[in-house]
Amino acid sequence: MRIITVRLLSVCLYLLISSQAHAVLKIEITQGISSAMPIAVVPFGVEGMESAPVDFAGIIAANLHRSGRFKPLPEKDFLSRPTTASMVRFKEWRMLQAEGLVVGNIRKVKNGYVVQFHLLDVYSGKRLLGYTIPARGKVLRENELRYAAHQISDIIYKELTGKPGAFATQIAYVTSVLAADGKRRYSLFVADSDGENPRAVLTSKWPVMSPSWSPDGQRLAYVSFETERPVIYIQELLTGERKRLQSFKGLNGAPSWSPDGKQLAVVFSRDGNPEIYVYDLARDKLRRLTHNRAIDTEPVWSPDGESIVFTSSRSGGAQLYQIPVAGGRPKRLTFEGDYNSRATFSADGKLLAMVHRERDKYYIAVKDLERGGVRLLSEGGLDESPSFSPNGSMIIYATKNRGKSVLAIVSVDGHVRQRLSQAGDVREPAWSTFKLN
Amino acid sequence: MKSYSKLLGLAAPALILMGCSSTGEVVDAPIEEVPAPAVIEQPVTPSITTIPVDPPTFSGTTEVYSGDALDDPDSVLAIRVIYFEYDSSNIRDEFQSVISAHATYLIDNPNAFLVLEGHADERGTREYNMALGERRANSVKNAMLMQGVSAGQLEVVSYGEERPAVMGSDSDSWAQNRRVELRYQGR
Repeated sequence: MRIITVRLLSVCLYLLISSQAHAVLKIEITQGISSAMPIAVVPFGVEGMESAPVDFAGIIAANLHRSGRFKPLPEKDFLSRPTTASMVRFKEWRMLQAEGLVVGNIRKVKNGYVVQFHLLDVYSGKRLLGYTIPARGKVLRENELRYAAHQISDIIYKELTGKPGAFATQIAYVTSVLAADGKRRYSLFVADSDGENPRAVLTSKWPVMSPSWSPDGQRLAYVSFETERPVIYIQELLTGERKRLQSFKGLNGAPSWSPDGKQLAVVFSRDGNPEIYVYDLARDKLRRLTHNRAIDTEPVWSPDGESIVFTSSRSGGAQLYQIPVAGGRPKRLTFEGDYNSRATFSADGKLLAMVHRERDKYYIAVKDLERGGVRLLSEGGLDESPSFSPNGSMIIYATKNRGKSVLAIVSVDGHVRQRLSQAGDVREPAWSTFKLN
Repeated sequence: MKSYSKLLGLAAPALILMGCSSTGEVVDAPIEEVPAPAVIEQPVTPSITTIPVDPPTFSGTTEVYSGDALDDPDSVLAIRVIYFEYDSSNIRDEFQSVISAHATYLIDNPNAFLVLEGHADERGTREYNMALGERRANSVKNAMLMQGVSAGQLEVVSYGEERPAVMGSDSDSWAQNRRVELRYQGR
């Protein structure tokens, strides 16, 4: 066939290096909760250097603020700046009506840095916890400091809320930007959960879509059109090494990892129309799971690894169905309205987020699989691509704001909202499934 | 072809947390291993020269040669986009004659090769729209096959909502984006 003579490699594919400057996602909190806990995060002390390469207190305070559950107090009100627990005069902090207090310091040592911090309960005057990072005998390198600040945020969040945090995680997303030459550039980015430290892991003149994290957080599967056809790739984030999966005529798309990281659920239309397949990565083998003349797409693995939920038009409109991974009869899961698609599970398997259409508007909705019932979480419009934070407390999704694609985060209880934007269009967010605890 | 890759710093050792008790004494704390932040560095791929695809060659006598028909702006063959209704892959009546004309051209020019690019508007989810774009391209393909075009002269590719013809979130933009583009290979 003539078309195939467009060589596989005749592609304008730009693989970037991380130093390239890119706009950081700007985060705005659009809705918080009134009962947020007042907390003081004192600027960390610095030893053995002029100033610290990373503003620990700033990162921690911003993380806690973004969660919507904390109200960091302004630094200018602080009467003193203790850097260790023994320096704290609790009376001062009670005057400010702080409930929590975080103090710490960062020390430059040979070959790196050591960070120590303490979390104190202002009311009782007691220390709740304290850690040195890393353990004795080890040091942090400069490029690990920001991550350490997110870990500290997670520790504080868990101590004060009783729930695990999701700060030391990453978000992948796709951008589409009009370049100086008048053509579009599509990039796949990975950033820290606060939008900082964005790295383009792939940039192309051809669309990139459907990023999916491996359960260990080391790899991304995605679809790239760089050969002018959709093809699924798996990319190692540390090395940039890529593997091209088997591809066929027609659609090759919608990759979703199995919880054990050994298989991908994918969509191929090689037999004439889109069907769900299970792709065994070690053996490079395929098994077809669905058999229907309708559209079957957007598979996602249940956290127990036993079943796959997918979108199908077999009943007319798009609805969600569940099928055992071993094969069998799909069971319809959604009956609310005429459009429910692109499902994703919370890590505990209890909630299913999806895109739901109502009166021509597309919403992010959540279905409680145990108790039933669908709740709308987003404000509605062109909302799509929901992805749970690994602790299950938040959902990130794509929406439109003033004609631009932006990302938004909503807490699963609907109380806290944030918006993340940058130059150009940002879409298809995927929260890393990597769990720390 | 020159290929090289490099790695910037990375793969740092696990961070280990060490706890202290609230009296300030260092005690054993749960140790957790945490991978360091991934510093991502891409191997640099050499830029690759595009290999031009041969223009379609036409066999037959000079009278049959019709390389110009596609270039005639007044010909119905100049219409290269078929538009669709929302969530539909049915061919509208006004486009039947366009498809017929292209089918006739393909039958008359067995070396011509046509790529049918299916597209969707931005509403609905992205992979579902990939499927919808493919359905649209397939309905044009099937209409041409019915008229006797050889399957070997056609290829379907869907771009879903990824390559809109126009930006904009209004019904006019959406209508322009729900389409199948006819792209003759090598032209």
